[in-house]
Amino acid sequence: MSDLLRLATAGSVDDGKSTLVGRLLYDTKSVLADTLDAVHRASVDKGLSTPDLSLLVDGLRSEREQGITIDVAYRYFATPKRSFVLADTPGHVQYTRNTVTGASTAQLAVLLVDARKGVLEQTRRHAAVLALLGVPRLVLAVNKIDLANYDEATFEVIAKEFTDHATALGYPVGSVLSIPVSALVGDNVVDRSARTPWYVGPTLLEHLETVPVEPDPHDAPFRFPVQYVIRTNTAEHTDYRGYAGQVAAGTVRPGDEVVVLPSGRRTTVSRIDTPDGELAEAEAGRSVTLLLDDEIDITRGDLIATVSEAPAPVDEFDATVAWLSDKPLRPGARVLVKHGARTVQAVVTELSARFDEQKLASVPNPQTLDLNEIGRVRVRTAEPLPVDDYAVNRRNGAFLVIDAGDGATLAAGLVGAGLQALEVDPNSLGGDVDAESGDLVSPGP
Amino acid sequence: MTETTESVRQSTPRPVGTEPLDALARLESEAIHIFREVAGEFDRPVILFSGGKDSTVLLHLAVKAFWPAPVPFPLLHVDTGHNLDEVIEFRDRTVERYGLRLVVASVQDYIDDGRLEERADGTRNPLQTVPLLDSITGNKFDAVFGGGRRDEERARAKERIFSLRNSFGQWEPRRQRPELWNLYNGRHRSGEHVRVFPLSNWTELDVWRYIQREAIELPSIYFAHTREVFQRDGMWLTAGPWFGPRADEPVQELTVRYRTVGDGSCTGAVLSEAADLDEVIAEVSASRLTERGATRADDRLSEAAMEDRKREGYF
Repeated sequence: MSDLLRLATAGSVDDGKSTLVGRLLYDTKSVLADTLDAVHRASVDKGLSTPDLSLLVDGLRSEREQGITIDVAYRYFATPKRSFVLADTPGHVQYTRNTVTGASTAQLAVLLVDARKGVLEQTRRHAAVLALLGVPRLVLAVNKIDLANYDEATFEVIAKEFTDHATALGYPVGSVLSIPVSALVGDNVVDRSARTPWYVGPTLLEHLETVPVEPDPHDAPFRFPVQYVIRTNTAEHTDYRGYAGQVAAGTVRPGDEVVVLPSGRRTTVSRIDTPDGELAEAEAGRSVTLLLDDEIDITRGDLIATVSEAPAPVDEFDATVAWLSDKPLRPGARVLVKHGARTVQAVVTELSARFDEQKLASVPNPQTLDLNEIGRVRVRTAEPLPVDDYAVNRRNGAFLVIDAGDGATLAAGLVGAGLQALEVDPNSLGGDVDAESGDLVSPGP
Repeated sequence: MTETTESVRQSTPRPVGTEPLDALARLESEAIHIFREVAGEFDRPVILFSGGKDSTVLLHLAVKAFWPAPVPFPLLHVDTGHNLDEVIEFRDRTVERYGLRLVVASVQDYIDDGRLEERADGTRNPLQTVPLLDSITGNKFDAVFGGGRRDEERARAKERIFSLRNSFGQWEPRRQRPELWNLYNGRHRSGEHVRVFPLSNWTELDVWRYIQREAIELPSIYFAHTREVFQRDGMWLTAGPWFGPRADEPVQELTVRYRTVGDGSCTGAVLSEAADLDEVIAEVSASRLTERGATRADDRLSEAAMEDRKREGYF
């Protein structure tokens, strides 16, 4: 059976991202005839001679009218080798919000640049956000290579600049690939182009099909947030008491010694149940029900972890937050924090730095954190949380910041000082500042 | 197979009998996780259940999420009164098999007592919204599971897995919350509810392959059978109490199957010889039409038809 790759795309409308995504759907025959007919009709109406593939991915009428995309859209395509869930994140005013959302679940991100413009500030900022969110692999699609006369030197300069930047952000060699493409004519997206004989790497789809899927961290220490306690008493299942959840990290086997947090009580896993039978082991990503040797009080929100490398519950921790709300964050804000399956009251006691994405450097002690800004905070919670550092354990290091009043999601939270890793020595960056960057940092409507 | 030890975790082979999660197993685990989150965070969830393939898969996943305990939610069917007998029979049998409670919101009742008026075209899909919202309000349901998938239609591509609705059931694109990692935010104010779509990331083909893998029973109308049908707007409709056929619409006996279940006046059958799951999957794989485009007249009304209906509180 095929496996699943979750990927995100980032780039601006001008880079041709909608066209690239449309091209992937079109060339993998994921677009069916009625949808295609509608696109052909609309393209003719617009006076175009070839179908405008970007129309395949423009969703809401309000967006079509404004000619922008305002939100993350999800696309699905499949080849015999793999199924793909693509989070299409538009680069517009709310770009950080969208990029953070798309990146939070992505195993790989495709960044677009226009071959005529090269690596822009925006490209660097996208890459920084992807690095912060821990997206394990990057692809730089150097688009509109047709408009750069399929010039190898142009491509090489862009590829090197981007790879250097990604390396500075902590991406190891081999986790970043640059590909010369033309989404409009289809070069190197699905089919190999005869017009780039100097490019010997895979096409974009070949790469997506064959790149090792970063496994869920099944070699990491075991983490299991208890979502729900399943209790029943029938002839077949007397006094059944199982702890239902999805393995967040690591692997569990019957006989494993575990600790229940925050209580600290220890016990042993006696059985891993599923309706399809007992399992010899359950790895990260699998939804199962655990049965334990001892009857101890466990409720939704508790974390079951391996004894040897259990996280210490803390009621105060440093974190990086990507602020996603129109309402700015001020120090002292009272919020809710959702970590795993537990939601607790919390206070943001300090706002210690704001990340300047243009300079990839921190500005200390800002007054506020506004929509789309990323900053470093200190959080105090009403109850201790068994968190991991996000850089070590993505699932158990992530949390939501929620408005206690209207329930809105205010921020994506990452436990630890992950932001520091992005503070790149300015001398290692190229010098360009482009006109586009101005509207990208404005705080939205 | 070598014995596994803690010291070589990095490269340990998997024990016999545990395969890595493939795409379908990942989608299943994701859906089960979503069901359990809702059970943990909401007071009165309900599963929309029509007897169609998506809601049947939804119910199957709910059963797996809480096994060996029963599903801790009732089911809700918004019955247009224009259903095929085979589907209602299947619905009732399935509900009984799982020992669940079924709430039926009947469009016919609303028409009979004048709260709704039959449309000139006889189509009742648009009439479902009021009984649905009344039922949600009257039963104080705070989470409503639906079988919607993001691949169905463009307006759904941006739908959240947890989709917040205001007290009028309306979907407001700009109030939708960013969905990060697998941390779902189900908080809502009194009177608001959340629509939950555990199949968001599934495609039509995934649904069919999962039905096959899990040997899930479906209503017989999903498989090729002979049926008296008439043609309207390019679709093959079953003769029935839904304004058809008209005098100029000759009835023919053809071999057809349904790809979706819905109001009989606007949900068409497709010509098909696919009589079992293998043949259906082969047909769906090769199909050049989306399931809504092929069989749902109401979605063909306008490009933005779905967007508009969602704003009104439809699924």
